[in-house]
Amino acid sequence: MKIVFAAQGNIISSMGFTAEENFSAMEQGRTGIQKITREDFLSFSFYASLVDDGKLNKKFSALGNHLNYTRLEEIFILSIADVIEKSGVDVKSENTLLIISTTKGNINLLEEENYGGFSEKRLLLAKMASEITRYFGMKNYPLVVSNACISGVLAIITAQRLIYSGQYDNVIVSGGDLVSEFTLSGFNSFKALSDEPCKPYDAARKGITLGEGCGTLLLTSNERLLNINDKKIKVAGGSVSNDANHISGPSRTGEELALAVSNAMKEAECGSAIDFISAHGTATAFNDEMESKAFSVAGLQNVPLNSMKGFFGHTLGAAGVIEAVVTLETMKRNVLLPSQGFQNSGVSEQLNIITQREKREVNTSLKTASGFGGCNAAVIFKSI
Amino acid sequence: MDALIVKLKTQIIEQLNLEGVSPDDISPDDSLFGEGLGLDSIDALELIVLLEKNYGLKIENPADGKKIFATIRSIAEYITANGKA
Amino acid sequence: MSICISTYCSIRNNQIKLNGEALLTKGVEVPFNEFIKSAYDLNASPYLKFFKMDDLCKLAFITSEFLLKNRKLSEQYGAENVSLLFANTSSSLDTDINYYNTVKDFASPSLFVYTLPNIMLGEISIRNKFKGENAFFVFDNFQADFLCNYATQLIREQKAKTVVIGWVELLNENYEAFLCLAEETPNGTELTNENLNKYYNG
Repeated sequence: MKIVFAAQGNIISSMGFTAEENFSAMEQGRTGIQKITREDFLSFSFYASLVDDGKLNKKFSALGNHLNYTRLEEIFILSIADVIEKSGVDVKSENTLLIISTTKGNINLLEEENYGGFSEKRLLLAKMASEITRYFGMKNYPLVVSNACISGVLAIITAQRLIYSGQYDNVIVSGGDLVSEFTLSGFNSFKALSDEPCKPYDAARKGITLGEGCGTLLLTSNERLLNINDKKIKVAGGSVSNDANHISGPSRTGEELALAVSNAMKEAECGSAIDFISAHGTATAFNDEMESKAFSVAGLQNVPLNSMKGFFGHTLGAAGVIEAVVTLETMKRNVLLPSQGFQNSGVSEQLNIITQREKREVNTSLKTASGFGGCNAAVIFKSI
Repeated sequence: MDALIVKLKTQIIEQLNLEGVSPDDISPDDSLFGEGLGLDSIDALELIVLLEKNYGLKIENPADGKKIFATIRSIAEYITANGKA
Repeated sequence: MSICISTYCSIRNNQIKLNGEALLTKGVEVPFNEFIKSAYDLNASPYLKFFKMDDLCKLAFITSEFLLKNRKLSEQYGAENVSLLFANTSSSLDTDINYYNTVKDFASPSLFVYTLPNIMLGEISIRNKFKGENAFFVFDNFQADFLCNYATQLIREQKAKTVVIGWVELLNENYEAFLCLAEETPNGTELTNENLNKYYNG
């Protein structure tokens, strides 16, 4: 059987424009979440994690013309370009595919007069993705995954399967979403926005904080593309499930997320030896509660766990990829990061939530996500 | 109060797309969630919008909605006590 | 045993066809909401949640009802072995626009929840108690090869025993739905790119 390696990654967020910058900021206990006043987004101040426009414009100027690309496309291109440069992957090869993970793509164009000067077609996710592959001169038509908040994890699982089946040697998975009036007003109508930075799993949690950004990860069967000094890590297993319960409320039992987790663990043949869980942890009352039940059902209640939403906010279609890239850094550096915003447990089942930075050998990690539509996804990374 | 109850029934049926339900089918004291009309959490959020849009009443915490939205009568009482209707 | 398309259903041009046979035909002048309501009435299985769905979900739901009539896949294969693999061109853009039109006034939570295309998968899963693999992809147009390969891989690698493959597209009253059921069975047409394309076009 082929091995699917997790190679180089990139993160663009309010905390930095590379995986290293983001990880260092997190290690220093910084968060990307800030109080924001943007009346074009919401009539009141809110907390969010936003990509700095000045820095974005400056960086993108070196790569292309602002008039030709939307804000999100620029972020995607910068993130993907970093991974291409660091890995040396042959982006124009027939064996290389780009998977874009996003929930809302260029939806912010709806909010701008005349679609911000772009064609209306740019609202279509496949059109947006093909602008990105065209920029890089890629041969293959891009694949777009849009499956709510599991999009990023599902994109990684899909990439693993496409490499396994021999259809491609290299898949670049890139997940991105923006904070916009559209998403803020929606989560506000759900009364789900926290009026302070989000506190996943905490007793005093008040809901989600949105974030924007992009995560990119190269998956490849070509071992030579890996950094020579890095720990070798493979995508060992992945699975998706559905609650079949409610379109916006999570499962009451957590059994379905636990099903995805146990299927992924079976495929990974890792027994119960998980060293670290990067969980979803949105800081809504019901999601965090469901996850605590699921990890208990899966027998993982003692595994060190964090949610990264307290650093990045909930970046929707980007979240799974961004958090996977941080998980891989966690494994390469053997450093566990605390779950930002957590103090006292506010979920019914026991979880081993990380409260301070800790040096520890991390060789097998589980990344999970759950989302609207009742979807759950789990992927396992394992060092070899 | 009775006039308000009749009006509320019509507004709720329309706002929540309750197909095949007529105002006469809902008694003011029927429970709206669970066993009764079988409304769910998204309906509760739409009821919050309905109160704000039609009666200028803001409910910030959905947990408060539980009591207020128990029955048509409890909604009417809440509007009478707090609203401009 | 080979993986076959055991049944397929399409809705386009105000006509429902199951395994190539027309079940309901309305004039093209009939608006979508009226057409889909008559399809719901024809299905004759009351499900009040239908009336709360957005148009895209209504279309997917009705197509799945005709496709899966007389089948109890969750019982036959186990809920965790029934998989949904869907795609379209416009994601949920039709409802995105409708939702965004409410934002300036009072943002509608019941529209916002439908601004994700995979809610279709959620609705069908709730109705039929499907708990297996589910995935939603976006393409320029119908990609038989991708869908065929992905479904085949899910079944061959024992991640699913049956896959409902779906193409459900709707934007500005232009709509099209095609669903088929892939499973290991002696009674069906082999699941290949050509056959999938043939049924989709037929």
